[in-house]
Amino acid sequence: MSKDTGDMMTFLEFEKPIAELEGKIRELRSFAGGAGQVDISSEVGQLETKLSKLLKETYAGLSPSQKIQVARHPERPHFQDIVGHLFEDFTPLAGDRAFGEDEALLGGLARFRGQACVVMGHEKGSDTESRIRHNFGMARPEGYRKAIRLMDMAERFNLPVLTLVDTSGAYPGVGAEERGQAEAIARSTDKCLQVGTPLVTCIVGEGGSGGAVAIAAANKVLMMEHAVYSVISPEGCASILWRTNEKAADAANALKITAQDLLNLGVIDGVVAEPLGGAHRDPSRAMNMLGDTLEDALRDMAGVSGDRLRELRREKFLAMGNAGL
Amino acid sequence: MSWLTNYVKPKLQKVLNARETPDNLWHKCKNCGQMIFQKEFIANQYVCAHCEHHDRVPPKDRFDALFDNANYTLLDLPKVKIDPLKFKDTKKYTDRLKAARASTGDEDAIKVGVGKIGGQEAVVGIQNFFFMGGSMGMALGEGIIAGAKEALRLGLPFVMHTASGGARMQEGILSLMQMPRTTVALQMLRDAGLPYIVVLTDPTTGGVSASYAMLGDIQIAEPGAMIAFSGPRVIEQTIREKLPDGFQRAEYLREHGMVDMVVHRHNMREELGKVLSLLMGGRNVKAAAE
Repeated sequence: MSKDTGDMMTFLEFEKPIAELEGKIRELRSFAGGAGQVDISSEVGQLETKLSKLLKETYAGLSPSQKIQVARHPERPHFQDIVGHLFEDFTPLAGDRAFGEDEALLGGLARFRGQACVVMGHEKGSDTESRIRHNFGMARPEGYRKAIRLMDMAERFNLPVLTLVDTSGAYPGVGAEERGQAEAIARSTDKCLQVGTPLVTCIVGEGGSGGAVAIAAANKVLMMEHAVYSVISPEGCASILWRTNEKAADAANALKITAQDLLNLGVIDGVVAEPLGGAHRDPSRAMNMLGDTLEDALRDMAGVSGDRLRELRREKFLAMGNAGL
Repeated sequence: MSWLTNYVKPKLQKVLNARETPDNLWHKCKNCGQMIFQKEFIANQYVCAHCEHHDRVPPKDRFDALFDNANYTLLDLPKVKIDPLKFKDTKKYTDRLKAARASTGDEDAIKVGVGKIGGQEAVVGIQNFFFMGGSMGMALGEGIIAGAKEALRLGLPFVMHTASGGARMQEGILSLMQMPRTTVALQMLRDAGLPYIVVLTDPTTGGVSASYAMLGDIQIAEPGAMIAFSGPRVIEQTIREKLPDGFQRAEYLREHGMVDMVVHRHNMREELGKVLSLLMGGRNVKAAAE
């Protein structure tokens, strides 16, 4: 889907006109730089206005299947980027104490804007080697059991929990099944709903089915503006219901997977705005905006008792689907 | 249009091919291929008399076999919003629902009954695979929540029979949300000290297996039942190799520590009754002391 222009930036198919315009501006600049004293500021200015207008138009009208491409964009900030940018003293903790360590789901202790907390989330990796190490963000039972262990610890030491969701789904493999993938996901969801400290989730990229919900049954569930959250991948849905995965775009429309749709359905509690043109165009600004929203969410829950937090969380999920539809 | 394409088949064919026996007189076992007299097959609780293969059972037959003297009352389940996403694939979701309702006579893929199992009263939920593959949508979630609440109200154990291909895609994210929603219902039972038993029947996969189907205090499975998170086809596509024999079957799960026991359908009432009365035993002692 994406096309490398040889430049640092990866452009998506629908971003082609944007890429062309940016190329023109760059060319003009390098030409002016080479020729010396040619004044091009007005031309460049014009083109830049045109570019920002084009970006705004394109990104305001993204279709669900275009949103999926943005959510999967390789330069979109991932778990480790976000933790590196927004958290201090991140101390990754490894292992489920039963079988192994799963690097598809990372987590540990950290400090977020001065407050000690537990942070965890899926990591997809950023190059071939790290993608393989992180299993493309598809966690195995060990990952979910580590999440349970970390949530237990958070409760014991009265630390809030922040989870960042970015997975196409839990890993479908023989070993994962053998060691109880279903049970691990069920217990992790169970633990989310049980933990007696504030729990805030943000779907930062892809929220893929049970593998996402296992760490997303939170007091506050947020979604980045161009993230997606779905019960099944549109490709999978199309191949089952339409019997061809060429209908993935139709499935993406029908499934209602965008942050805006999910807010309307009352399934999520808020949308975190992204910089113009998506988080990958300005990752550091995108992460700052995420940080501010997470901070607000935690502030809202400060001083609320553990029992009350648990109660609020349960009531929220029980009410879901009964109101607002 | 030529006479070649306009050609009308002689009606005689219909007469010649007419079946002399009704469609449902015989049942062919899916496992061993033996022909079984349909009435006998049903009387045998849909278990093959030749190879003991456990076939899928409609909820009514299961209720009848499970409760003492087939005596139970069905719970009125809450109505839910129909087709919240206005979903349409090759067919409209509302049309699929209508067809499923017409063919099963049920509202959705779950029924809940209250009655005695081996003398111990319990609330029992049964998922119907014949209703859109037992798929988990809002109605199913509400049914489980209603069942758990009824158990809570009456101070009874809750027994859930699972049979499902997973989430109902036509309800999108709202079907996924039934995973945490049903989990909340089970936590209420747990807080009240009431047992929650799962009977896994064929098949139990996807989002259902990854929520209430795996959270039982005791996990019972029927012989040969397919129990999985990812179905075998998905896994085969991912790893590109053949899967081992018996993979993801009830016996395999028991071997891997995921279920407590595999129980023959003919022994289910007895086994459930025993387990329930043992689990409720402590509670009854406590109640007597107070």
